[in-house]
Amino acid sequence: MITRDSVPALRRGIRRQFDSARNTHVLLGPERVIVLDEIAAAITNLVDSKHSVAEISATLAERFVADSAMVEADVIEFVTSLLEKGLATA
Amino acid sequence: MTAAPLALMAELTHRCPLQCPYCSNPLALLKAGREKNTAFWLGVIDEAAALGVLQIHFSGGEPTLRQDLPELITHATKRGLYANLITSAVLLNENKLLALAQAGLAHVQISFQGAKAETADRIGNYQGGHDQKLAVAKLVTKLGMSLTINAVVHRQNLDELPAIIDLAVALDADRLEVAHVQYHGWALRNRAALMPTREAFETADALVTRRREELRGKMSIDYVVPDYYAQAPKTCMGGWGRQFLNVTPDGRVLPCHAAESIPGLVFEQIGARPLHDIWYGSAAFEKFRGTGWMQEPCSNCALKEVDFGGCRCQALALAGDAAATDPVCHLSPRHAAILAMAEAESVADTRDFVYRRL
Repeated sequence: MITRDSVPALRRGIRRQFDSARNTHVLLGPERVIVLDEIAAAITNLVDSKHSVAEISATLAERFVADSAMVEADVIEFVTSLLEKGLATA
Repeated sequence: MTAAPLALMAELTHRCPLQCPYCSNPLALLKAGREKNTAFWLGVIDEAAALGVLQIHFSGGEPTLRQDLPELITHATKRGLYANLITSAVLLNENKLLALAQAGLAHVQISFQGAKAETADRIGNYQGGHDQKLAVAKLVTKLGMSLTINAVVHRQNLDELPAIIDLAVALDADRLEVAHVQYHGWALRNRAALMPTREAFETADALVTRRREELRGKMSIDYVVPDYYAQAPKTCMGGWGRQFLNVTPDGRVLPCHAAESIPGLVFEQIGARPLHDIWYGSAAFEKFRGTGWMQEPCSNCALKEVDFGGCRCQALALAGDAAATDPVCHLSPRHAAILAMAEAESVADTRDFVYRRL
């Protein structure tokens, strides 16, 4: 289970890049193309085995001038979905 | 409107040390002399990236037979393509794999023909292959690449499926692909030796459902059901000419690897026409794109934009008409006959294979 203390990382072989043909950020993995919206891309940028969920949330709350508790809930939900899809570890 | 393709399968060669009797390559295999050179494939990668392709699958035959594989992977990675290797692994060792990893290879998919060496080596007709695969699989994760175990299952190895899943877990695979045989080409020729009983299929189905839930987040399991026992057809290739293209060893562009089995289609050559124009404008890609080509019952079906009528090659093979409803669909008038044929073949006393050979 993901908590605010979890330190997520992209799983081996999962890559994040900008898809210039479709003008969007994507996550690429085995047989997988996940299109990331602006928020998902911002979170994924910090899923790097260095930042905790709390730190990711604080950074994004400041950047998007949003309520930190709400941002943290969104980050936990998104990182949980990455784990369930086998795209991240924590 | 037609969208850009997501993935390109690069069939670098038809040569292969294994002889699996369900190989997805065509019956008429191309000899080495027909293969395209390095410069050709570098150009394919450039054109694919410009077209919007995100994933490239280096396949064959056995792609590691090509000496230029590291160079092609380097170039694909430089162009922003996610490089996948689809291999039997029997020709790889640590040095070769390290060169591929350093070239930027992200993901290695290794085929396993069973869980026991004796079973697997008989199916692939290659002594010592299974043990070699085990050794290479461990190296893949050691080098930090994503590992998929691909297991094609059928009557002669389906009883090993529980052990195959355990094997994939023990190898720390990121992903397991359990694919029932799709009956085209070599597999169609060997169908009576491969078709599982309905009971065995249902047992496998339940097992995969249960293990997938248990392993969620640790190892994903992708599952391809055996068409003949299905109710609805698969969304073959995500729809004809919608997401995927396949380039043959001699440089022709196909909507799927089996499309050459459909007579009357002309597959254009990369180099003779830009890949962009082949994707958006060639007659072969337009032929079954969208829903306009459909007949009854597909044309009035609520699911026509979900499954796109199923598989065109299978419609040809089983109904004699590539534009017919895929006969595995329960709405096809041929569905009952197909099911009866599958059940009859599944108890046939046939064990010998016609092995895949050049």
